[in-house]
This record gives sequence, C-alpha cells and structure tokens, in this order.
Amino acid sequence: MKKPKVIVLRTAGTNCDNETACAFRMAGGDAELVHINELARQEKSLKDFQILAIPGGFTYGDDIASGKILANEIKYKLNEDLKNFINSGKLVIGICNGFQVLVKAGILPGINAGSIEATLSFNDSGSFIDKWTLLRVTGHELRVTKCVWTRGIPGDIYLPIAHGEGKFIPRDKTVLSQLKKNNQIVFKYADNPNGSIDDIAGICDTTGRVLGMMPHPERHVLGTQHPRWTREGLKERGDGFAIFKNGIDYIKEKL
Amino acid sequence: MVNNVEWKIEIRNRKGVFDPLGNGIKKNIKDLDISGVRHVNVSQVFIISGDITESDAKRIAGELLADPITEEYILYHERRSTNNERRIVEIAYNPGVMDPVEESARKAIRDMGIYGVKSLKTERKYIIEGNITDEDFKNICEKLLYNKVIQHVAISHKPKTASLGGGYKFKLVTVDIIGADDKKLMKISKSGQLFLNLREMREIKKYFRKLGKNPTDCELETIAQTWSEHCNHKTFRGIIEYKEEGKTRIIDNLLKNTIMKVTNELKKPWCVSVFKDNAGIIRFDEDDNICFKVETHNHPSALEPYGGAGTGIGGVIRDILGVGMAAKPIMNTDVFCFGLPDTPRKKVPKGMLHPKRIMKGVVSGVRDYGNRMGIPTANGAVLFDERYTGNPLVYCGTVGIMPKDKSFKSARKGDLIVAVGGRTGRDGIHGATFSSGELTHESETVSGGAVQIGNPITEKKLTDTLLKARDRNLYTAITDCGAGGFSSAVGEMGQELGAEVDLEKAPLKYQGLSYTEIWISEAQERMILSVPRENLKELMSVFKKEDVEAVVLGCFASNKRLKLRYNGNVVCDLDMGFLHDGVPRFERKAVWSKTIHAEPKKKSANNFTRDLMKILSSWNVASKEWVIRQYDHEVQGQSVLKPLVGIKNDGPGDASVIRPKFSSKKGIIISNGINPRYGLVDPYWMAASSIDEALRQIIAVGGSLNKTALLDNFCWGNTDKPDRLGSLVRASMGCYAIAKAYGVPFISGKDSLNNEYSVHGESIAIPGTLLISAISVMDDVTKAITMDMKEEGNLIYVIGETKDEMGGSHYNLINNSVGNNAPRVDAVKGLKIFKKMSEAAGQGLLRACHDCSEGGIAAALAEMAFSGGFGADIRLKEAPCDVKRNNVILFSESNTRFIAEVRKENRKKFENHMKGVSMGMIGRVTGKKDLVIYGLNGEKVIDAGIDELKEAWQKPLRW
Repeated sequence: MKKPKVIVLRTAGTNCDNETACAFRMAGGDAELVHINELARQEKSLKDFQILAIPGGFTYGDDIASGKILANEIKYKLNEDLKNFINSGKLVIGICNGFQVLVKAGILPGINAGSIEATLSFNDSGSFIDKWTLLRVTGHELRVTKCVWTRGIPGDIYLPIAHGEGKFIPRDKTVLSQLKKNNQIVFKYADNPNGSIDDIAGICDTTGRVLGMMPHPERHVLGTQHPRWTREGLKERGDGFAIFKNGIDYIKEKL
Repeated sequence: MVNNVEWKIEIRNRKGVFDPLGNGIKKNIKDLDISGVRHVNVSQVFIISGDITESDAKRIAGELLADPITEEYILYHERRSTNNERRIVEIAYNPGVMDPVEESARKAIRDMGIYGVKSLKTERKYIIEGNITDEDFKNICEKLLYNKVIQHVAISHKPKTASLGGGYKFKLVTVDIIGADDKKLMKISKSGQLFLNLREMREIKKYFRKLGKNPTDCELETIAQTWSEHCNHKTFRGIIEYKEEGKTRIIDNLLKNTIMKVTNELKKPWCVSVFKDNAGIIRFDEDDNICFKVETHNHPSALEPYGGAGTGIGGVIRDILGVGMAAKPIMNTDVFCFGLPDTPRKKVPKGMLHPKRIMKGVVSGVRDYGNRMGIPTANGAVLFDERYTGNPLVYCGTVGIMPKDKSFKSARKGDLIVAVGGRTGRDGIHGATFSSGELTHESETVSGGAVQIGNPITEKKLTDTLLKARDRNLYTAITDCGAGGFSSAVGEMGQELGAEVDLEKAPLKYQGLSYTEIWISEAQERMILSVPRENLKELMSVFKKEDVEAVVLGCFASNKRLKLRYNGNVVCDLDMGFLHDGVPRFERKAVWSKTIHAEPKKKSANNFTRDLMKILSSWNVASKEWVIRQYDHEVQGQSVLKPLVGIKNDGPGDASVIRPKFSSKKGIIISNGINPRYGLVDPYWMAASSIDEALRQIIAVGGSLNKTALLDNFCWGNTDKPDRLGSLVRASMGCYAIAKAYGVPFISGKDSLNNEYSVHGESIAIPGTLLISAISVMDDVTKAITMDMKEEGNLIYVIGETKDEMGGSHYNLINNSVGNNAPRVDAVKGLKIFKKMSEAAGQGLLRACHDCSEGGIAAALAEMAFSGGFGADIRLKEAPCDVKRNNVILFSESNTRFIAEVRKENRKKFENHMKGVSMGMIGRVTGKKDLVIYGLNGEKVIDAGIDELKEAWQKPLRW
C-alpha cells in the first residue's frame, strides 16, 4: 500500500516543521514540508495529501496575536480548499501554534461552521513556559474517544508544552457545554500550567478528525526525549508517537 | 484622488478578562516600592494611515486586530485625560527603531484584500489606576514602561515619525585630516565616534598625505570599523611588555602564543577549521561537521537590555549562518553576568538601569528572539557580582551543523555581491566602534543609535531560504552583516579580491540615509552572498518564493580596491591592503602582581547546615529555573539531557546533550565554565579552573575528552591600563597550560575589552571574566547520565582530592571574604580521573554523577539529593583530603572532583576500574529525605531535610 501523504504546512516563523514531519515518517507516512506560498500560488495542492499538519512555531512572529496572521491568511487564501479537505474525510492536526491557527481561523471547535467560538490567550503567568505536563486523554475510560487521533491511547500521556499563549478560553458557557456534550475535549492538563478553562489542552472538531492541541507530541516520539529517561529507563518510543501512528493508520484503513 | 487618512485603533481587553501583562506590570511596580496602584491595563494601539475607508478600518480592527473572545476595539480620536486616580501613557518607538509588528500586520491587511495602507505603527497604552503621585508615575514610566533609547511617550496624536520621511540629497563629505594636528586628530576621532587612538589617527593621516588628498567620511568610517577592537582584536594581536614578579618579557601576539598555540601544537585531525571563519568547525560524523561560536553583546544590553540581548542572539545565529557555506543553527547557549538583583536603587550609577530590570530585559530578549527562531536555548549560566552593575555581560552562543563539503568558502572575481534578508535603516550605527569604547552616563544619549530591536522572523525566513540556496550550490561565499554592517562583510569577503558596490541599490527601511549610513548601518538580519552571475536567477527565485528580499549591490573585483559609489559618484576608494593590514600594532605594558586578600574569620562552630543553606541561596548557585522555563529548550526535538533534570524536572543538570539526527545515537554535549571570583586571587588559576569545570561537566554527563574542543571568551576592563592587561595575559597563559595538558584544542574565541563604567571620572572595571565553553561529540547518547540520586541504598563516592583551596570560594563569599588559595588544576591526575570516569560511564557503572563546583562537596551532595528526592548519609572522613578540617572538605572548590552514585552490585567492578585514582566511598543514598553529613570525628556537621535545602536553593530567583 502507498504511504499516506502528509503535508506539513510552513510559513515565516514556523519552527517545529522538521520534527513533525519526522514523527509522521516514523509512523509510516510520506511527509512533505510545503510553504503556504506554494499552495496560494497553486504550485502545490491540498488535494494531493491525506493529512494536513500545521506545526508549532511563531508564524509571522505571533504579531497581533499568536497564530492570528496565518489564520487570517488561510481564511482568505485557502478557505474553500481546506473545507473540502476536511469534508472529504481527511485528517488535520494543529500543534501549539497550529492549534492557535485552527482556533483563530474558526475551524476549531467548529460547532457552528466558520464562527469563532474560542481563543488561546496569554498564559496566566504572563510569560512563555517550557514544561512537561501530564495529559488526561478524556473519554478513554468510557471508550467514547471521538477523536481518531487518540484512539486506543490509554489514560495519561506525558508531553511538553512550550508556549506563551496557551490559555484556552471558550466564547461562553454554551460553547463549553457543547464541547463536553459532543466529546470534543480531547486532552486535559492534570496540572493546569497556563490557566486554561476546564484544564483544556486539546480539542477536536465535531467529526473527530481535526485535532488541535497545545502540547507537543512530536517532541516525545523517541525514548531519549523523556526528561527522566535516565531514571525511569529508556523506552523505544515516546508517548506522542501513538498520535501520529493513529493518524497514519486511520488513513491506511479508510482512504 | 487618493485619500490619506490616519486611523487610530485601540485594542483592549474586554471587561472581566484576566490581563496577565497588566498584572505583571503591577507586580513590577510593587518592586519599585510604589504602593497604591490598584489596577494596570495594557492595550495595544495601531496607527494606520493610507487610503483606508472607515469600513475597511472597522474590518481590520474587528477581524484582524482584536480577538473576538477576549478583546474589543475602539476606533477613535483620543482625548488624553489625567487625574490622580487614572493615568494614561502611550509609548511609541523612536524614529528609526524597527517596529517588528509593522511588516507582518501590513501583510495580513493585504491578505484581507485591503491595499491602501501606507504606514502602520504600534504603540502600547498603559492605564494605571490608583492613588500615586506625579513622581511615582514618572518613575513607573521611566523605570518600567519604556526605555528612551528606543521609545518615547507619544505626546501628540501623531506619532513621532515625521523626521524620517525627509529625502537625502547627495553631498560628498571629506574630512580634513592631512592638515590636522594631534589635538584635531583626536577631536575627529571622538566627535565622529571612531574610537581610534592617536597612533592610528596619525597612521591614517600619513596614508592620505601620501595620496595627497583628504579621506571622505565614508573612507574614514570604513577604516575605523575595520580597525576597531571589535573587528580586529588589536590587543590580543599586539605587542605586550609583560611584567610579573620583577621579570619582564615581550609577548608578540598573545593570541598566537597562548590560545592558538594549544590548537597548533595538538594538531587534532578532527579540527576542520579553527580561528579563521566566523566559528570553529569540528568533525561530527561521516557526513556532517558541527560548529560553535560564542559572542558578547555587552554594551547594547546595558543600555537597552531587551533589544541588546535579542540582537546579541540574532547576531551569533548569523555567525553560524555565515560559517563555511552556512550551517544550520541547532542550539543556543547563553551566559549572563549582572549586578546583584537586590542592589539598593540609590547605588545604581547614573544613567544605568537597575540590575533586576537589566536581567528581566535580557532574559526576555533572548527568550523572544531564540524561541521565535526555533533554536533551543538548552545551556547557560547566570552570575551576579556588584561590579557588573554598571556593565553587565551578555554572552550568546550558537551551535550549528553543516554537510562536510560545505565547510569552506571563497568568493571569486566577478561574483555578484548580493544582500539578503532585512532592509537597511539608521539603526545600529557605530556599534562596532561603540562596543570598543567605555560606557559612560552619556552613552545612552551619544550611542543610542547603536542599540536596536531585532526581528527574529526576518532572520528565520532568511535561515530557511539560505539553507535551500546552500544545498543547491548557488553561491560561492557568505558572510553575516554584524558589527560594521556592509562595510565589514564586503570588506572581509573582498579582502583578497577587491569589491565595487553601488550603495543606492541597498533596500532601505525608509528614505533619508546618507551613503555612509547605508555602508556602516548594522541593521539586523542581513547577510552578504557572493553569487556567480549564472546562478543569480535561480538564487533570486529561492528567496522570492518565501518572501525574502535579495538585491545585487555590486561585484567582487580583482584589483584589491574597495570602491563604493552612490548614484555614480565615487564615495570611497581604498586599498584593501591598507585597510586590512595598515593598522599600527599596539604596544602595551602589562603588569601582574598577586593581591593579598583577607581570609575569613575562623569559626568555632562545627555545624555547617546554615552555611550550606546560605550557599544554596547565594545568587550564583540558586536555581535558574525562572530563566530556563522561559526558553524553549526542546524545539527541534533533539534534547537528550535537558538543563533541568531529576524526579521533578527541576534539578541543575551539568551539561546539555542533544542528538541532532533522529536516526543516529550520536550526540553533542555543550557545557561552560566560568568563575570570575577565582580571578580575584589569580587569573591564571581562574582560567585553569574554568577549563576544568567545562570539561568535568562533559565527563559528568557521560562524555569523554576524545573529541572535545573549547571556546574562549574574555570580557575584561580597559586593557590600556597595565594591571587589567596583566591579568588578561596571566589568564591566557593559564588557558594555554591547562588546555594543552588536557589535550583539548581551542577552536574559536572572542574578546570584549573596555568593559568599564565611569562615574565622576572614576572608572569601575568588571572583574576579568573568562567564559570557557566546551563542545564534545558523544558517540552514544543512550549512555548519558544525570546528576539526580536515583535509588535508595546506592553507594556514594567522591572522586578526586580535596585540598585547602577556599580562595574565591562561595564559602568565603558568604563569610564576606575572598581568601588566597584559589583552586589549582593538576592536569596529570585530572586527565586520569577524566579518563576513568568516562570509561565507568561507558560501562554503565554510574547511576548518577555530579561535578563539584561552587559550594564544593556539600552543595553537590545537596543538589543530587533534592533533585533525586532522596536523602543521603555521608561520612567526611572517607573523602580523600590532606587537610583535616570539616569546612574544607565540605566547601573547598578543588578542581577535577565528582560525586558518583553506584549500585551496590557494581561496587567491586567500579572500585577495580577506578584503581589509581584518589577516591572514597563516603556514604549511601537513603529513603529518609534528609541529608546527614558526619564530620571527621563522627559528629553531625550537616543535618537538613532535602525539601528545606531545595527551598533555600529555589527561593531567591522564584520571580
């Protein structure tokens, strides 16, 4: 079978593109780094890919607000293509800055298409934090995981965060309760590092195929990336690997 | 007809939204001892002008600038109101200072289909509520909210931009130098901020007299840049008459006779390029080489900490981009020296910022630049001493990796000179010469232009595209525009060829720059390439694809002349030979004599728990977690040992390890050694100790000396003064002796002299500060070791001899003295210890390992215990030490010592392996969470809970 094709979207200020592509390759994907100009100028097409990854970084310096300028660009230049991409059953993952982009472009949570229902704002501490956090994969105990990216992941996973604007804020109580009702909350922090409402670290859209998360799964695919591997023993794979594997396996099965 | 309207859009938080920025400022106001502030609100102001309708302005504000969930916008004509309860101030950038948001915000507005924007400026608006006086308000503004070096209070509705718009009318300026007497020569040097001395000015006069003409301003500036200490290292390469203990010797080129001599004599086959390029290059594996450079950015950081540190890191990254044919930056290291954070305000010299503000500014500058560049800042150190109050030190280092065949470059005759990256502005004029002079209280006004704000995204774009162009072999040479701007970059690349440049071709940030300003501007994020004509089209398309500007400025010649034109007028025509070799060599006197310091008072008490706590709480030893967490130290996914380790990820790791390739176990270890306090006793042993420290950290994490190289970074006072130069010479001699004996070569280095601050005519020098940075190739990163104690019942060893070497120690520091026996290095024994420990790590015999440095064995044990979450029972009488004094064994900072944790079952194997090395099994790891140390007579000399010790260590810098 052909390897699922992953587009890792980059632009000025993207900086987790290489390791994200690497993680997908380790999981059996064929990952390609593509600059947004190549899409906008139609030198490349989203149609040729099955997974879209928007990696971490500081796109356009996070000027104005984190992820805002890329979100704006996607809205004006790629809106239809991206909608078609999602509607055709393909997968999207936004990590850190990529999550901020998806939220600010109105793609996540996506309860009412196109409207901005949440934001990611400054950490309560007011500054950038690089720290490892324990994440609860919500719903796993009830086996109701809606998100295709986290299927079969048991209980907790350990991933680092590295952001200054990671505080998840839903527009209002209605949005929050809908997120819960729809099982769209994918990850919760065990020890909330940034003040996110309801400890939310990652959410998916109503289809479960579009995932956005602040922590970095691509920074924990190798055993040596764990901050305590010298104490706890060296594992072959890190906790984040399963997310990439799920994405690739899903495409292999379905498409 | 095109309208030109100005819209002012204020973006503020919605009611009820928590504002962490305002909250942070409120906290900082409290630090200023100003009470009464109830609330601080920060909002962002955008001033947009152009052909913009009101509905466009509303779209921009509502859809782009304001977050629909947390913020709201106001589009209005401001009425400024001030009363005692609510004060408002708006801070704008000074004309000429880069506003990083401008470019990206304008792009976003274009993306929306709105094309009429002609200018976009941002301001910060602060609303301070509470009962404070006018004086308080002024203090808050000046001490916290803005820095007049780069910003001003926007008084009128219109921001202060008008003065930049003016055009420039060409007029060739010459400087009358051939008719000038000595007094006049020095006046020219001083008023032109050339920082050239009389001998140099005379030499220039002689040269132009021979030519029978006066130099243009541009020619004189070019010479000053090229001859600056910053670019030329005149002191290290000069002739020094050195006197020590009555004996005098002549040192002809200190660099060649010490630092470079080590490398030349060791002749390591894996050293690829040393002391030639921007950075030293060593072999990594069959395919790639790695390079390492550490720079200093002291003076700009003193005046504008945020911008200074940011451009410092930006600059050293460009150094790496400019090594060979360009390397990919993969890791940053930063070392800072500040005044004491609790310095009383009235003790801060006039014109200087408070050390705490400098530190916060520097840390956020490095954070915002390094994080945005996507380069992990994974190693560093922060030191404090009151003598850094007027002159902080900011060392920024970067490691790069490059394919083997991209390690060398050479521009060819006829190649085009292409500038890529950022545009040229009036920022950073005279940085190279400014950094070669002393700071005074006037520096902020005279040299403010030398300080800039960087734009990391411009540099990130440049990095991404440059590496693509490199891999397609589109250019023959590359140099960064650092100090001296185009002047240094083109001058350096064309040294053997000659170059012709048309200055009007340089893309400018705004109009109005003179030809000389274009030539010497140190505007950030620019590189120069030499491009064969046939590659130009392809090269341009690589940059254009990702919106990076590239422009042909001229070409390399073959006549060894530097010829500059402005719209066809020749403004500079210099002989490369004179420019690069014409600088008269320095002849200087240097003296070193030992200073006798007071010894600490003998104490009768035999309980040292309090001393240990004090050492752990001392500024230098205390946890730097507040700093480290603000840096992204894991981007690129390569980290193997992070700066913080242990059961709660918060213990002080010895060195950082990264694996640059996911598919390979080969790694890179980076460490640093710095201890200016030993230099107060003897700079020779300070240098020796710094080398030992950097190397033992490499060993402590499981590395070896086999493929280990060093960088030297000297930050010294004014070396025109014989005592300052004498200590520099002595430190250099220490570098030679110990590096040679350990068999580790220097591959690159840097010196920053004139680190003095004058107050009322009296000059205060920093302590001579030598940073030794080490880089080492590790064959298998899965053999790496951390310093945290790991399992109850394991045995604890001390390796290496403890001597009565308390001079410059932290024990003496907390007892208010310096002392006289600085730690020495016995490299013969040391080498054996390093080798044995490295082998033990390779065989998996070490469960934990930590080097002994500040605070000696006691501090090392405490750190290992609280990082691991275990206690330990320790008996001092088992530690190898000739001096039978508890405080010496506990706190002496003798070199080449380790504490190792070994599993019981490995005891025999480990002890057999270590035969021939001084070592003692001093105790074991316990589950009791107490560190208990028994003295020579079996009495308890330290008894403390590990949580208590950890709190002492974490509290001081938990900001």
